[in-house]
Formats: sequence, structure tokens, C-alpha cells
Amino acid sequence: MRVSTRANKALYEALKGIGIDFVVTFPCNWTGPLLDFMAKDRDLKHIPVTREEEGVGVAAGAYLGGKKTAMVMQSSGIGNSLNALASLNLTYGIPLLILVSHRGVEREKIVAQQGMGRALKKLLEGVGIQYFDLSDLSQIKKTLADAYSLALAEEKPIAVILSPLLLLEE
Amino acid sequence: MKRIDAIRQIVKHLNDELVICNLGFPCQELYSVKDSPTHFYMLGSIGLASSIGLGLSIAVRRKVVVIDGDGSLLYNLGSLMTVAMQRPENLYWIVLDNESHGSTGFQPTYDATVANLGKLAQAAGLTKIQVINNKSEFEEALQQLKETGPLFLIVKIEEGNAKVSPIPVTPDLIKSRFIEEAKKG
Repeated sequence: MRVSTRANKALYEALKGIGIDFVVTFPCNWTGPLLDFMAKDRDLKHIPVTREEEGVGVAAGAYLGGKKTAMVMQSSGIGNSLNALASLNLTYGIPLLILVSHRGVEREKIVAQQGMGRALKKLLEGVGIQYFDLSDLSQIKKTLADAYSLALAEEKPIAVILSPLLLLEE
Repeated sequence: MKRIDAIRQIVKHLNDELVICNLGFPCQELYSVKDSPTHFYMLGSIGLASSIGLGLSIAVRRKVVVIDGDGSLLYNLGSLMTVAMQRPENLYWIVLDNESHGSTGFQPTYDATVANLGKLAQAAGLTKIQVINNKSEFEEALQQLKETGPLFLIVKIEEGNAKVSPIPVTPDLIKSRFIEEAKKG
């Protein structure tokens, strides 16, 4: 198993294609190449933060100022973001595209990822955040476009759950 | 200095700055002093006033004033470094410091005991830092709104909340009128 550079590159291109110009990202081995592409992109505002919750605030402020915002985090990061997403994004109607690498389920080596990994979808459903599943390379462009259109149209955060079947390859 | 008096003083110095205000009594007091579509009243997500302010200050050219609290700041301490790293010249971060969580019953914060917010800010990499102890020091410090930021002011205030009502503006309206204002540049 190794990280799919092809999938990471396609995710980066899809984000650029939908006009994302402000991102807050968090480390994950499986999205490492995506984060590298973003770090090297001078047209993309890329803000490092100290916690996912903090990042939700920064992205919200950027949205209020006219930016097209996205976050890239692990499923564990959703755990660290829930109240901010609920009491800021959902309360005021603030769009955000969240790419979530789904840890703790298939192909996972880190036991501690399992708690949030298994609970991810139920937690998103519980707090009222719609998500799209993405496990197929050929669906990347369309899924991100659909997810972001929905986020803007309904003024809310939308998650795209990146399956290990997408991010890892033999 | 009472919190509402400190807020009155800030408002006197504001022109068209965009304001992010910490939740609870701070934003209720701000609303009672003056309401404006340039005010984003936080209703939840404690700690994130400076984060919202930072994201906004990167997105717009206009000046952004954050009215924060010591309790809120201590809930998002990493923000000191994130702001220091970005060094937004249009950000003015004012911490109204009553050494407690004033909106939930005045539970003391670490600022009352082990923490020193000024030193924390310095260690995080912020440079324009001032601790304000009274009205005339605050008046002088607020002149710096005309200068380049980022500015970090810790304003010592008394415990206590003014007799003010909850904000009657819906979250959706707070957001949409603020966005219209922010669009102006």
C-alpha cells in the first residue's frame, strides 16, 4: 500500500477548478502530496493553524471577506471541529468545503484512529452536516464540484469523505 | 474601567473598521452602545474571535478590530502564534481582560493566576503588545488604530456585566449585512 499521487493530484486540480482560493490544512500521510501541491501554489492562500477548531474560525473569517474556502483534515479532525462547525458555520450559514481523509476504517495501521473513523458519518449526520463519499478516481472532479455548489447554494459546510480506497493504492 | 466603558471608548475611535466581537456580554454591550452592520456579533464558538478576525483581515484590505476576552483567548491560545505568523497589518486585537469568564458567572481564568497574557503574546511572536490599566492609557493606545498592525492590547477591566439585553438580530442577518459591508473593500 502506498499513497496515491494520482488521486492527490486530481484532488488538487479539482479544488483549483472550482475556484478555491483559501485553504486551511492539517497533516495526514494519505493527503501529503495534496498538501505539498497547495503549499507550492502562490495563488492559493494557505494558512497553517494549531488546531482544526481554530482553522474553522479562520476559514469562516475568510469567507466573510469574500474568499472561497476549503479545509483538508483527517476524520479525527472533524472530532476537533464539531462545535465550531455547529455554532459558527451552521448557525450563521457559512459555506465550507471539507475534504476528510477517512482514517480508522480500511487499510488503517493506527489503532487510535478507529474511534473517530467508525463514528465519522454518524457524527456528521448527528450535527447535520451533509457528506459525499469519494472512493473512485474518476469521480473526483464531479464530486468536489457538486459538493462545493451545494455548500454555496445552501450556505453550509459540506464534507467530502476521502476513502482509503481512493488515497491508497497497491 | 467597566467593560461597557472600554467598549464605548473603542467605538468612539472606529470609522469603517470591521469588528469581530466575542460572544456573551461583550457583544451584547457592544450592541447596546452602538449597532452597525460592520459588527459581527459572535453567538457561539468561544475562542474563535481572533481566528475569524485573522481570516477576515487576510481576505480584505480594510482594518479589522477584534474585541476579545481573556477567557476566550485562553480557549484558543494557539491563535497567538497563528496571528504572529501571518502578521496582518490591518488587524487590531483588543483583549478585554477581567481575568474571568464574565458571561457564565465569573469563573476565574488562568489569567488571574499562573498565566501572563502579555508574555504569552510575546513568546508567540507578536511584537506590538501593550497592557492597558486605565482610561487614559487606553485612549493613547487606541491612537494606534491609525498605524500599521498587527496590534495586541490587553485592557484590564473590572468584573461585572452591564444591564443589557440579548441581541435581537438573527445570525443570518448579522452575517449577510456584514458580508455586504466587507464587500466594500
